[in-house]
Amino acid sequence: MTDGILPAVLGRFEWQSLPFVRAWEHPNASEIVGAGAGAVVIIGAILVAALITRLGKWRYLWSEWFTSVDHKKIGIMYIVLAFVMLSRALIEGVLMRMQQATAVNSPGFIAPDHFAQLFSTHGTIMIFFMAMPFLTGLINYVMPLQIGSRDVAFPVLNSVSLWLTAAAAALVMASLVVGRFSTGGWSGYPPYTELAFSPGVGTDYWIWAVTLGSVGSTLTGINFAVTIYKMRCAGMRLMRMPLFVWTALCTSILMIFAMPPLTVATALLALDRYLDFHFFTNDLGGNMMNYANLFWLFGHPEVYILILPAFGVFSEVVSTFSSKQLYGYTSLVIATAVITVLSFTVWVHHFFTMGQAADINAAFGIATMAIGVPTGVKIYDWIWTMFLGRVRFTVPMLFSLAFMMTFVLGGFTGILLAFPPLDYLAHNTLFLVAHFHNMLIPGLLYGMLAGYHYWFPKAFGFRLDEKWGRISFGCWVLGFYLAFMPLYVLGASGMARRTQAVFEPSFRPWLYVAGIGALLLAGALASLFVQLWVSVRDRKANRVFAGDPWDGRGLEWSISAPPPEYNFAVLPQVNSRHPFHDGKRQDDPYAPPRAYEDITLPRNSMTGPAIGILAAAAAFGLVWHMWWLAIIGALAISAVVIARSFARDVEHTISADEVQRTEQRWLRAAANAAPIPRELEMTSANQGLAEVSA
Amino acid sequence: MMLAPRLLRLLAALPLLALGGCAALEHGVMNHAGPIAASHWHLYVIVGVVLVAVAGPVLLLTPLIAWHYRLSNKRHAFRPKWDFSWTLEGLIWIPPIGIVIGLSVLLWDYTHMLDPYRPIASGQAPLEVQAVGLDWKWLFIYPDEHIATINRLTIPAGRPVHLRLTSGTVMQSLLIPRLAGQIYAMTGMVSQLNLAASHPGVFLGENTQFNGKGFQDQKFNVVALPPADYPKWVGQARASGHPFDADDFAGLFHKSSPSQPVVFSSAPPHLFRQIIVRSQETGS
Ligand code: HEM
Ligand SMILES: [Cu+2]
Ligand SMILES: [Cu+2]
Repeated sequence: MTDGILPAVLGRFEWQSLPFVRAWEHPNASEIVGAGAGAVVIIGAILVAALITRLGKWRYLWSEWFTSVDHKKIGIMYIVLAFVMLSRALIEGVLMRMQQATAVNSPGFIAPDHFAQLFSTHGTIMIFFMAMPFLTGLINYVMPLQIGSRDVAFPVLNSVSLWLTAAAAALVMASLVVGRFSTGGWSGYPPYTELAFSPGVGTDYWIWAVTLGSVGSTLTGINFAVTIYKMRCAGMRLMRMPLFVWTALCTSILMIFAMPPLTVATALLALDRYLDFHFFTNDLGGNMMNYANLFWLFGHPEVYILILPAFGVFSEVVSTFSSKQLYGYTSLVIATAVITVLSFTVWVHHFFTMGQAADINAAFGIATMAIGVPTGVKIYDWIWTMFLGRVRFTVPMLFSLAFMMTFVLGGFTGILLAFPPLDYLAHNTLFLVAHFHNMLIPGLLYGMLAGYHYWFPKAFGFRLDEKWGRISFGCWVLGFYLAFMPLYVLGASGMARRTQAVFEPSFRPWLYVAGIGALLLAGALASLFVQLWVSVRDRKANRVFAGDPWDGRGLEWSISAPPPEYNFAVLPQVNSRHPFHDGKRQDDPYAPPRAYEDITLPRNSMTGPAIGILAAAAAFGLVWHMWWLAIIGALAISAVVIARSFARDVEHTISADEVQRTEQRWLRAAANAAPIPRELEMTSANQGLAEVSA
Repeated sequence: MMLAPRLLRLLAALPLLALGGCAALEHGVMNHAGPIAASHWHLYVIVGVVLVAVAGPVLLLTPLIAWHYRLSNKRHAFRPKWDFSWTLEGLIWIPPIGIVIGLSVLLWDYTHMLDPYRPIASGQAPLEVQAVGLDWKWLFIYPDEHIATINRLTIPAGRPVHLRLTSGTVMQSLLIPRLAGQIYAMTGMVSQLNLAASHPGVFLGENTQFNGKGFQDQKFNVVALPPADYPKWVGQARASGHPFDADDFAGLFHKSSPSQPVVFSSAPPHLFRQIIVRSQETGS
C-alpha cells in the first residue's frame, strides 16, 4: 500500500497498454495494424454514438430496444451483434491469410505475438460471439412464433442472457483498445495460459469473456428448453413441432449440459491465475490433461450446438422452397436426438495424440464415425424432400444446396480424422483447420445466412434484394472453396496451424490461392451489407405486410410481417404438422376471430442491460486487477437482482380495442393484396399473400 | 442454377491443382519414408476410397434432383404430400450403418497396429532416444550413447527408433510427417513414439502445438544415415569436445531457438529424469 493510490485505482494499467502508445514507440507494420484496429473501434463507437445523438434516438433505443424483453427484439439484437462480430473476425481471418501468403521465408507484416492474438480472437469471436449469438437470435425470433406462443418462458432472463453475451463481446472489443488479447487460441490450453507462461492481461480477457458468454448461453438453454416444453399452443404435440423447434430443443439441452464444463474449466483456470491454485499448472500436481477433458467435454457438444439449428433452418427452407412436406420427419427427429446424445461420447477425438491406450482411442474413434450415420440420414432426407417437389432457387435454397454438397466433403475428412492413426498425422495441422471450417462455414454460417434471408421478410416486412443476395452467395461459396481447399493440401504436407511464418517455398502457390479465397469471403460479407442497404432503400417496393411471402407452412407465416408485439391476437390451435399450410387450404386464414381480448405482456425491464454493464465492468476490473471495480460490479449485480425481485408492476396490458385495430389493419391489407403464384415470389408483385394451389 | 456447374468445375480443377502442387505434398505422408508412415498412407487410401463411394451419391443426387424438380420444369410429377417410403428409409439407414461397422473393424485394427507406443517388429533392438520439447527447440538425448543434440535427430536408417518424450515447458506435439504420426510431450509425464526410416534422407520434424512467439521456428531435421555411418557420427559427436554442463542446462530454459543445431559430446546420465523432476518444483 506504500506505492500510492494510482496503482490501486488503475491496477495493472500502464501507458504501454494502449496500442497507440505502442505504435508510437515502435512504429512497425504490426503495431500500426494494432493501433489502426483500436482506432477503428474507438472512432466507430464515437461515430455511432454521434449518429444516435444527432438523430435523437437514445431514448428510443433505450426504451424500445435495450430494455425490451420481447423475444423478437432480443432476437434481432443478438443477430446485429453477430454481424458486428462476424465483420471483425472475418477481417482477422483475411489478415491471417495475407500474413501467411506474404511470410514464406520472410517475416511478413504481422509480428508473431500479434498473429497469435489474431487466431485467438478470430476463433473465440467466431464461436462465442458470432455463431452463438446468431443461432440464439434466430431461435429467439422464430421458435416462439413457430410454437404459437407470445414470448419465451422467462423474458427478463432472456434479456439478461443477451446483455451478458454483449458484455462478453464488449470485453473482447475492449482488448483491442486497452491491453492485448490472449495468445492461447480459442481453446486456451494451459499450462501455456497459466501465469508462468502468459502473465499479461490477454488470458484474463479471454477467461472472463468466455465465462460471461458461457453463463449467458446456459441461461439461454434453460429458457428455450422450458419454453418449448411448456409454452406450445393447443394441439402442438411434440411430434407436430416444426423441425427447427426440434433442433432448437436439442441445442438447448446441449447448452444446458455442455456449457457448465466450460464455465468450470475457465473458472478453475482463473483460480490458478488469481489465487495461486494449481489445477492445471506444471508444478505442485497440476495437470493440464484435466483441462483438455473439461474443455472438450464442452467443445464437442458445442459443434452440435452450432450445427443443429442450421439443420433446422435447412429443414424449413428445403421443405418450403420445394413446396413439399419434409421427407422422413420422424427420421429427422430421431437423427437429431441421436446426434444430441452421441455428441457427449466423442470428446476424446480432440486429443487422440495425448498418449492414451489404443483401446480408448479406437472406442472414441468408432463413436465419432457413428455420428456420421444420423448426419448422413439428414442429408438424404433433404434430398428426398426435393424429390417430386417444385424447387425454387431462392437465396436461402441456394445456401441449402451449397451446404449439402460442401458439408459432405467436410464429413468425408471428418471420418478420416476419426481414424486415430490418421488424426496423428493431421492433428494440429492446416488439414484440421480446413476440416472444421469445412463443417462450420456450410454447417453453421450458410445455415444462419439461409435463415436470415428466409425470415428477414417476416421480421421487417420486406424482402431482401435477390440480386445482391446471389452475388453474396456466389462469393461465399467460391470464396470458401478457394480459401479452404488448399489448406487440406498444406495440412497433408505437414504445415502446422497457428504458424506466423512459413519456411517452405513449395507452399506458396497454395497460400496465394487461399489468400484470394479469403478476399472473396470478405467480398461476400461486404455484398451482404450492400444487400441490406439496397433492400432498405427499396423497401417500399418489396413489402410483404400480409406476412406469407414464401407460401410458408408453419404458424410464423400466419401473422403479419412484421408481427405485432403480441404475436398472435388469439392463441392458435393446431391439428397438423403444417398448420398454416393446411389452414390456407381448408378455410380462410385471414378471417377475423369472433372476439378480441385484452393481452397481457411482460413490461420492459432495465435488469438485463444493468446486469450486462455491471458484469462488463466487473470483468474489466478483474482483468486489470482494479479490485475496487470488480467488487463494486459484483455487489451491484447482486443489488440489481434483489431489486428486481421486489418489482411488482412487471406486466402491461394491450386492450382488446387496440388489438382489434392492429389486426384489422393487417386483415384489410391482406384482403387487398394480390395472391401470387410461386413464379413471382422473387418479384415485387409479392405482397406476402400466396396463391393457394392443391 | 449456376451452382451445380460451378461446383463441378471447381471439383474438377482440384486434382489438376494438386498435380501442379505436388511439390508441397512431397513433405507429407504421401511421400512416406518409413514403415509406420507407409501404413498410415495405406490407411488413408483405403478409407479415402470407401468415402468417395459414400460421398459420391450425395454429390450427384443433390444437384440432379434439385435441377430436375425445378419449378419451371413442368414435365415431372408433383406430389407435395409424399413424405415417406420404407424402402428409401432402409436405404438411407442400413448401408451407412453397414459401412460404419466395416470401417470400425478397420479402425480398431489399425489403431492398435499404429499405436505409437507399440514397438516396431524388427531384428534389431530399437535405438533409444529421449526427446524434450522446450521453448522453442527440441533436445534429443541418446542415453545409450551418452550424447545429446539440440534441433537435430540423427538416426540410422533401417533400425527402429523408440522415442520417450517429455516437455520442459508447456505442452508440445512432435510431428515428423514423413516418418510417423504425432504425440504430445507433456511436462512431468513421459509419452512414447516408435518410428523408423527405411532409407537414408533428411526429414522435417516440428512442434505443432502453439507455444509462444517462437513457435514457427521450432523445426528440426531428422537425419537418417546409412547404418554404417551412424556409429561414425556418434564417434564424431563424442569427439566434438562440448560436454553438456550446468550452463547448457540453464540454457535449455531460455526462450530461444538456436540458429544452428548443437551437438553435445557427453550428456549427464539422468538428464531426462532431471528435467521431469524440475517441473514438479514450484515456479517452473
Ligand atoms: C469466413 C471466413 C473465414 C476465414 C477467412 C477464416 C480464416 C481462419 C484462419 C486463417 C485461421 C487460422 C488458421 C491457423 O491456425 O493457421 C482460422 C482459425 C479458426 N477459425 Fe476461421 N476463418 C473463417 C471463418 C470461420 C468461421 C465461420 C468459424 C466458426 C464459426 C471459424 C472458426 C475458427 C476457429 C475456431 C479457428 C481456430 C482458432 C485457433 O487456432 O484457436 N472461422 N480461421
Ligand atoms: Cu469433436
Ligand atoms: Cu499426459
